[in-house]
Amino acid sequence: MHADAGEPVDLEAELANITAPVTLVFFTQTFGCETCLPARQIVDRVASLSDQISVEEFNLVLDTDQVEAYGIQRAPAIAVVGEADTGIRFYGVPDGHELVSLVESILLVASGNSGLSDESQALIAAVEQPIDIQVFVTPT
Amino acid sequence: MALVSPHITASAVAAVEYPDLVRQYRVTGVPKTVVNDRIEILGAVPEASFISQVLESVA
Repeated sequence: MHADAGEPVDLEAELANITAPVTLVFFTQTFGCETCLPARQIVDRVASLSDQISVEEFNLVLDTDQVEAYGIQRAPAIAVVGEADTGIRFYGVPDGHELVSLVESILLVASGNSGLSDESQALIAAVEQPIDIQVFVTPT
Repeated sequence: MALVSPHITASAVAAVEYPDLVRQYRVTGVPKTVVNDRIEILGAVPEASFISQVLESVA
């Protein structure tokens, strides 16, 4: 599996401390998505590391209600959802550094603690208009 | 940031899998952050600087 290459953290240990449920909402596509299967395998593997993590799968083409609700444009996509949807998404196969980021986002969503400074949180809490942040990354 | 505000969404996009987006947003290196399709932040920057640049998108 992609995720085994150069994995720098002990995912099992990281995820063992989760005390709140997190759902990985996975969006796949039946045709023309070579990376959907490896992405789903990583999602399943991450979910297997904690009883608190569950997986829901939807189809980008067929499940239009969920695609719209989560604002998904492409597959593979993962929405990291806690008690509520926090708007955190991963597009593509989450391997390498991205696997670490996925695990970290699960921990953030489960804890509800952003880890940001009080000053930063105050600035962000004052936002009243939509902000869409896309971070382009590579696995290495 | 997405965790703190219901108005903020944050996506990590695997650049190699979406060449159309890479072209659209002229991604020549990673990490590259694009905010509301108009603010661009190159590389990893300190928290305060990152947040101030992101908030410029709605200033």
